[in-house]
Amino acid sequence: MSLPPETGSADTGVIHDIGYRGYRGPRLGRGHATRALFTQSLRAAYGLGRSGKAKVLPMLVLAATTLPAAIVVAFALTTKLDDLGVEYAGYLSSVGMLVWIFLAAQAPVLLSRDLRHHTVPLYFSRPITRGDYVRAKFAAMFCAQFLLMAAPLLVLYAGALLGGMDVGDNTEHALYGLAAALLYALVPTSVALAIAGFTPRRGFGVAAIMGYLAVSAAVAAVAVGITRGTDSADAAQWTALISPDGLVESLVNELFDLGGGLDRRHAPGGVGTAVFALVAVALVAGSYRLLLRRYEKI
Amino acid sequence: MPRTAHRRYVECVSTAVIKTDGLTKRYPRVTALDALTVEVLPGVVGLVGANGAGKSTLIKILLGLAPATSGRGEVLGLDIATRGPEIREQVGYMPEHDCLPPDVSATEFVVHMARMSGLPATAARERTADTLRHVGLYEERYRPMGGYSTGMKQRVKLAQALVHDPKLVLLDEPTNGLDPAGRDEMLALIRRVHSDFGISVLVTTHLLGELERTCDHLVVIDGGRLLRSSSTASFTEATAVLAVEVTDHPDDHTLAPGEEVRGRLAAAGLSVQAEGSHLLLVRLAGEGTYDTIRDTVAELGLGLVRLEQRRHRVAELFTDAQDFSRGGADDVAAS
Repeated sequence: MSLPPETGSADTGVIHDIGYRGYRGPRLGRGHATRALFTQSLRAAYGLGRSGKAKVLPMLVLAATTLPAAIVVAFALTTKLDDLGVEYAGYLSSVGMLVWIFLAAQAPVLLSRDLRHHTVPLYFSRPITRGDYVRAKFAAMFCAQFLLMAAPLLVLYAGALLGGMDVGDNTEHALYGLAAALLYALVPTSVALAIAGFTPRRGFGVAAIMGYLAVSAAVAAVAVGITRGTDSADAAQWTALISPDGLVESLVNELFDLGGGLDRRHAPGGVGTAVFALVAVALVAGSYRLLLRRYEKI
Repeated sequence: MPRTAHRRYVECVSTAVIKTDGLTKRYPRVTALDALTVEVLPGVVGLVGANGAGKSTLIKILLGLAPATSGRGEVLGLDIATRGPEIREQVGYMPEHDCLPPDVSATEFVVHMARMSGLPATAARERTADTLRHVGLYEERYRPMGGYSTGMKQRVKLAQALVHDPKLVLLDEPTNGLDPAGRDEMLALIRRVHSDFGISVLVTTHLLGELERTCDHLVVIDGGRLLRSSSTASFTEATAVLAVEVTDHPDDHTLAPGEEVRGRLAAAGLSVQAEGSHLLLVRLAGEGTYDTIRDTVAELGLGLVRLEQRRHRVAELFTDAQDFSRGGADDVAAS
């Protein structure tokens, strides 16, 4: 027995019931709690800290969006191409469906669950305010979506650098890609969260978000498709306004002069770009305010 | 690191933990709180009222979650109108309804709630382990809460209200849905929250019986108004009633013993109520009441089977409200 002498006889190794101990440590307040909620929600969006089952879908989607990028890189590297042959922003459009699935499945995870299980009042009985709650959830879903899209872009960019391709050109286009990812992570996400905030039932939330994104995108795509080569082709581009996804794609293509071919989606002209940008801002701000008002009532 | 258990010393025991002054909350169609002026001192305080009496509204306003229409209030000396976040940092709240996600374990959930109260990650874990042990949740705390019994769920709900070591907890109907044994355990736990943990408790219920055993003080509201606020003891003592049971007369079987005694006691100026043919309830009017009863029964030649004090139940409060305002004028805090 080598008990340090200074601990004295009272401190033997036996654990007794020491009764209730108060907490004298720091209380870090609202800001800390909001950040903790953000981290927890971001992790939850990827199923981390939740059951194994909850990880399946987000991880599968993450793999599915990144894998094609890895294949493109592998192909380019083995055949020693001097160009990836894929536009960064364009890549995001082509995996758009996967990004929707992630959004439709996980936005209700962040909001509907708390509503369904009446956990929301527990949050509001703590230092954070309703605004803090909405802010944390909004930021978490935005980051989750952004990470989902940034991952394949990173793979493409790293591959391009590894293959000794033009650094300047690739950096420029990778930045366009990141800008697109930023917008995709903002606009459709806002709308999806606004929908999720009104449905305590997760299934309804998933169906409503997926339905809205898919139907609006389909309508816009069909309108562009059937008018291709006609005089009303430009006018048809306006239909992208009803689809958060199409809106972002059109805006990005026009801003960075990307995309090509007859089916190219773009904001029509200078006025069109301004209107598209305004609508994008309005969608984000409107959804955010709608959510805030929704939580004022709880 | 202090290793010995330390008890929190509530600074200035006489300071009210909750103080409201003319607190009023009007919704478009109802007045939930009507000029409520009340002071709640440290201890276990019962907030009694029927459903819709304004209990939940009061809690919401005290937490700074809903603005009062008029009037003011303080919780732990902090103004409810302006210092909501600070109040909520030092107050715990256990809601009436279910609020636990089924796919999460009690440990994970309470840790998360501790962090939401502003505790650093490590402290949140330590406090969670301690608190769950104190509310009586052991191995099962690692299992998803969906499989918990009502009693276990209530314990987790209590734990999340205590995990940040608040100075005051607001418990909304904590015994709801529990069987009698579970209810007793929960009430004992609530007592300990104050006696062992040093945390003041405001507990609401519409089941009055259980408050008598648990609370030091009762605040009764009805229709958003204060009906009465006083110590639990004064509720039961002020209206002590004696139960008197007598036998039949040994020889004269035509005599109705209860009726006879009742008549004589009433004539002696006592307030008497017959409860069956042999049982009477006599309001205690002083030490002399015992002698009067004894003498009356002896004079009639009856046997005295029982003479015991029957405490007035808080449950009789609502049917008997006017009695109280007459009998206990000294401790009615309503102004």
